[in-house]
Amino acid sequence: MSPPGSRRALLSLVGLALAGALCLLWALAAGEIAVPLGDVFDALAGGGDGMQVAIIRELRLPRAIAAFACGGLLALAGALMQVLLRNPLADPYVLGISGGAAVGALAAMTLGLVSWMVDGAAFVGALSAMALVFGLSRGDGAWTQTRLLLTGVIVAAGCGAVVSMMLALAPDTRVQSMLFWLMGDASGASRPWPALALLALGLLVAMPFSRELNVLARGELGARALGVPVERLRLLVYVLASLLTAVSVTQVGSVGFVGLVVPHLIRLALGNDQRLLLPAATLAGGALLTAADTAARTVIAPMQLPVGVLTALIGVPVFLFLLARHPR
Amino acid sequence: MGGWGLVKRAPLLEAEGLAIRIGERWLCCEFSLSLRPGECLALLGPNGAGKTTLLHTLAGLRAPSVGSVRVGGKPYADWPGSSVACFRGLLAQQQPDHFAASVLETALVGRHPHLGRWDWEGAEDLRITREALAAVGLEGFEARDVLTLSGGERQRVAIAALLVQQPRLYLLDEPLNHLDLHYQIAVLDLFRSEAADGRGVVMVMHDINLAARYADHVILLDGRGGVAAGTADEILQAERLSHAFGHPLRAVTDGERTLFIPD
Repeated sequence: MSPPGSRRALLSLVGLALAGALCLLWALAAGEIAVPLGDVFDALAGGGDGMQVAIIRELRLPRAIAAFACGGLLALAGALMQVLLRNPLADPYVLGISGGAAVGALAAMTLGLVSWMVDGAAFVGALSAMALVFGLSRGDGAWTQTRLLLTGVIVAAGCGAVVSMMLALAPDTRVQSMLFWLMGDASGASRPWPALALLALGLLVAMPFSRELNVLARGELGARALGVPVERLRLLVYVLASLLTAVSVTQVGSVGFVGLVVPHLIRLALGNDQRLLLPAATLAGGALLTAADTAARTVIAPMQLPVGVLTALIGVPVFLFLLARHPR
Repeated sequence: MGGWGLVKRAPLLEAEGLAIRIGERWLCCEFSLSLRPGECLALLGPNGAGKTTLLHTLAGLRAPSVGSVRVGGKPYADWPGSSVACFRGLLAQQQPDHFAASVLETALVGRHPHLGRWDWEGAEDLRITREALAAVGLEGFEARDVLTLSGGERQRVAIAALLVQQPRLYLLDEPLNHLDLHYQIAVLDLFRSEAADGRGVVMVMHDINLAARYADHVILLDGRGGVAAGTADEILQAERLSHAFGHPLRAVTDGERTLFIPD
């Protein structure tokens, strides 16, 4: 926790961007058919062996980009939620977004709809949960973060019950694909570029407010006294974090852990200045999920692990290590 | 007191016909006040009388039920954007800390209203912050995590953050919270000298004797909607205080100062 400085921030971000690029390269090179790095660059440029080009550009690149974008979306949304709720235990799913998305996706699967309609239903479900939590927690006009948090947790619990019911009632042939969706899986991601664009857009929207978020993180009354338009800022953060989460859940399902732990990792390593935390968490989240997804499809190849399992397996020891190094 | 020459200057804070209602209950009936540069005003009253609510109303954080509040000669609504935060600063009654942060970072937050959207704190902001920390006896605490501080140390960090904000009007909600005797006097001396430099101070207090020693004006809420406003000498009378606080008080003079002692 050294004094804030834009130079140090820049260095940290450059380092994290390099780590992200390395993870992406690994994701492109590794797999059942290992491709040497030189050939990876050739394939990206459009040259080289036809099969390698197909594997890299049509299979691995979309999946790697999807993993990177969703990791970034979740980490950014998690960081924003933690400031909004002033609760270090908040994650992107705490307000019921993933629950709503799961209800939508599973309902679409129950009806036997095709994949893009399942994605659409997941997105609609996520937005419905967001609107429901927002409407209920505003109720009488007061908008405390405790009430928001409780409303979100209850809506999430309700969604969980509906999901369990649909799983129990679904025909056996469909349960497998439903469980895969719930665990979080990047293998089906074929159109990842909109998610990446939204990630960049989300960061661009959040960054101008990052110092105001620093003030808000220290308490609402103090923020209002320092001239921060708290109501508007909270609305912006709520809608932005919810949208980012909805996009990610639609793309890869509810991958856990990234949104909770990555902001904490960055906070422990670099401090709680949102001007640095938001972009750093975005890059670190992207790098972590890309690495985890690559590991998920290579460690026991040809079988695949759910990526959520690996994000936890990588994240938990790193997090505990950092926590032990910073005794209070 | 060097500040008395400034008394004739325009008021920093004015309230006219101010009354505050929460739900069905009136916290104070209509009263008026005017605070000029160099002056200290103490808000006194029993628990739940509405001192904090009144202070927040004076700070523009809630609208008065009746009447108007003006700072620097204009209503809060007429201050563009967040510019009023450079003119008046509020010390909150509690300092909620949810995340770890260094003392320096925490005090530096007071610079927020002085910085543009894309500005980073510069050398000058750091200098102001270090000076403020030194002024409240926290030299050498810059790197400490606020979550590890004692209550009194944390309170002094909050006071430093307010000094860093450099407002002309200080609104202090129980500035002496958690402070030991030495720092109670040091903090009151500090704000008295800020007033002498042409600033204004409003403070919610519990210690009648410290209020008598440091305040020029007193507003006394009795918790039943009654308000008495005036100079410290007018308001700080044993009978009036006994009535407001619901406990008999006696005035004792040691030859120099009058002290109020609960019976």
